[in-house]
Amino acid sequence: MASPLLSVNELTVEYWTRRGRVRAVDDVSFSISKSETLGVVGESGSGKSTLGLSLIGLVPFPGRITKGKVFLKDKEVCTMCAEELRNLRGTEVCYVFQDPMTSLNPVKKIGSHFVELIQTHEPKVSKEEALERARKLLKDVGIQPERVNDYPHQLSGGMRQRVMIALAIALNPSVVVADEPTTALDVIVQSKILDLLHSLRDSYGMALILITHDLSIVMERSNKIMIMYAGQMVEYAPSGEVYSNPEHPYAIGLLKSIPNIELSDQKLEAIPGSPPDLLNPPTGCRFWPRCNQAFDRCQKETPPLFKTGPEHYVRCFLYDAEREP
Amino acid sequence: MSQDEILRVENLTKYYPVEKSFLEKAFARSKHFVKAVDNVSFTVKRGEIFTLAGESGCGKTTTGKIVVRLISPTSGKIFFNNIEITELKNEELRMLKRKMQIIFQDPYASFNPRMKIGETVGHPLTIHGLAEGDEKRKRVAELLDRVGLTPAEKFVDLYPHQMSGGQRQRAAMARSLILQPEFIVADEPVSMIDVSLRTAIVDLMLNLRKDFGLTYLFITHDLAIAKYISDRIGIMYLGRIVELGDKETIFSNPIHPYTQALLAAIPVPDPDRKRKVTELIGDVPSAINIPSGCRFHTRCRYAKHECGKEEPKLVEVSSGHFVACPSNSELGSKFAEN
Repeated sequence: MASPLLSVNELTVEYWTRRGRVRAVDDVSFSISKSETLGVVGESGSGKSTLGLSLIGLVPFPGRITKGKVFLKDKEVCTMCAEELRNLRGTEVCYVFQDPMTSLNPVKKIGSHFVELIQTHEPKVSKEEALERARKLLKDVGIQPERVNDYPHQLSGGMRQRVMIALAIALNPSVVVADEPTTALDVIVQSKILDLLHSLRDSYGMALILITHDLSIVMERSNKIMIMYAGQMVEYAPSGEVYSNPEHPYAIGLLKSIPNIELSDQKLEAIPGSPPDLLNPPTGCRFWPRCNQAFDRCQKETPPLFKTGPEHYVRCFLYDAEREP
Repeated sequence: MSQDEILRVENLTKYYPVEKSFLEKAFARSKHFVKAVDNVSFTVKRGEIFTLAGESGCGKTTTGKIVVRLISPTSGKIFFNNIEITELKNEELRMLKRKMQIIFQDPYASFNPRMKIGETVGHPLTIHGLAEGDEKRKRVAELLDRVGLTPAEKFVDLYPHQMSGGQRQRAAMARSLILQPEFIVADEPVSMIDVSLRTAIVDLMLNLRKDFGLTYLFITHDLAIAKYISDRIGIMYLGRIVELGDKETIFSNPIHPYTQALLAAIPVPDPDRKRKVTELIGDVPSAINIPSGCRFHTRCRYAKHECGKEEPKLVEVSSGHFVACPSNSELGSKFAEN
C-alpha cells in the first residue's frame, strides 16, 4: 500500500483556560491516502473542529498541541514555524469553513480573492493570469466565469460555498479539510456541494477530510469514518463497517437515533443524558454516564483503542479480548 | 366543515414591502414586495401533527407565526376551532393565546437571560392571572418534571445560560404547555440541538401530544424528521404549498418535481445505497421576482412551454393528496393505474 498522505499520531490538543485545562482532542490517530474521504463525526464540543484546525497549525489561543505528531507527506507539521506553516496552507492543506457568508471579504470582488491567494504563493504570476485561473476554477465548481467581477453579497449561500471550495483547490492542495461545509445550506444545495467535493477529489486526487455532525452525509460518501465523543476517537472504521457493525455503544446509539427516510415505521431510540462538560470530564471512559452497558471498570480506567477487525478500532472495554466474561 | 378540524387557513398571504432609497421612492411607479407567503390554504385536524417542510425562505416560519397571530397577514383568513381569529384584538387575542402557543427554533435566543427558568415558565400564568404564589410554583414544578427537567427544584433556580440547548428546548416546551393549550406551533424545535439529543426531544413531543391531547403544526427543513413525526406533510416552495398529503403518500408517491428533488437530496445513513442524482437547475429564485406561471418551472427538469404561463392550482389527485403540477399529476395518476 502506498504511504499515507497525512498521518496523525496520538494527537492531543488542550485549551489552557482560566477555569482549567480542557482537553479538546485526546489521543487521536488516523491516516488518509490519496483520493480518500475520511468522515469525522461528532456533536458540538466533541473536538472535531479543533482536530481539523490542528492539522494546519491553526488551533486558536489558548489552545496548544501538547502531544502527538501530524505528518504530511513525511513532513512534521506541529514543529513548523509560522513561515513554513504559511507556505503549507493553501498549497498542501486547505480548509473550507462552515459559514460561507462570513468567510469571504465583503468589500472585495470574487476575483480579487483568487488574485490575492495566487500571488501570495506564486509572486511571479500576473494579475491577468491569476484572474484567468480564477475563471477556470469557477467553471470547475459550476459557477459562470463572469462572476469574478461580482461581490460576495451578489451570490447565494450555495454559490459562496462553491467559491470557497474553488479557493481551496486553487493551488492544487493534496489535502482538503472541509469543516461542516454544508451545515448552513439547504438540503438540495447540500447534496450538490457534497457531490462537487467528491468529483473534485477524484479529478484532482486530493484527500478529503469531511468534518460534520451529521452521520448520514458521511455514511454515503466516505471511505472511513471516525466517530468522536468528548475529544476522543471512540470508533474508527470503514464506513460500511460502521453502518452494518457499529461497536461502540455511542456509535450504536447514534445510528439508532438518526431517522432514515428509506425505512418505514422506524423506531428511534434516544441516547439518555447529555455530553459531558470537558472541564470536569467523568473519570474512566467519557461515555459511561450515558452508556447502558457500563460496568465497574468503565468508571475507573480510560479504555484504550481495541482493534476488532482489520481496520476497525473501538475505544470500549466491551471489546477487550482479555476481559473476563 | 367537519368537526375534527382545529385550524383552517384560507388563502393566507404575506407581502413585505421592499425598502427603497429616497430617490427610488420618489420616482418609482410600482412598489416591490417580498412575497413571503403567497396564497396558502390548509387545514389541521385535531390531534394530528401537520408538518410544513421546505428550504429556507419558502415561507414556512412566516406561516407559523401568522397562524399564532404574531404577524398579521396581508390577506387571507385563519379559523381556529371554527371561529375566525384573523382580526382578533386585545382581550380576545389574549384568550386565544391560552389555546395556541409557539416553540421557537433557537433555544438560546428565546429565553430572557435575566429570568430564572422557574420565572420564565411560570410567567404566562401571571400574565393571564391564572395562578400566583404556591399554586404557580406547584404547577411549574409539575411541568418541569413532566418535560424531563428533574429534579424540578434544581432547574427552577437556574438561569438559561446554565443549561444546555436540549434542556432549554425542554423548558420551552414547559413554557408553552403551562397554559394548557390545544394547539402548538413548533418551529424547527430540534434543528439547533445536538444529534444525540434530538430524538429525545422529538419523543417528548410525541408523548406530550398523547398526554395533553395536543395538536402540532410542525415546521422543519429536515424531511427525515418530518417523516418520523408527522401525520400529514405540506411541501412549500417560494411561499406556496406545492404538494400536500399523508406522510406515506408524500414519501412513497411524490408527484411534484420539487418534492421528488427534495426527497432525492436527503442523505441516507447507508453506505450501500445507490444515490439518486439531484437534477435541479440553479438556485431558488428571489421572492421579490417570482417566476411567472408555475414558480418552479425555471428549475424543473420536466418544464414545458405552458408551465411559464399559468400558475397551477393545488388539485386533489387522489384522496387527500394535493399537487400543484398539472402535467406530472396526469403522469402520476397513470402510475397509480398501472
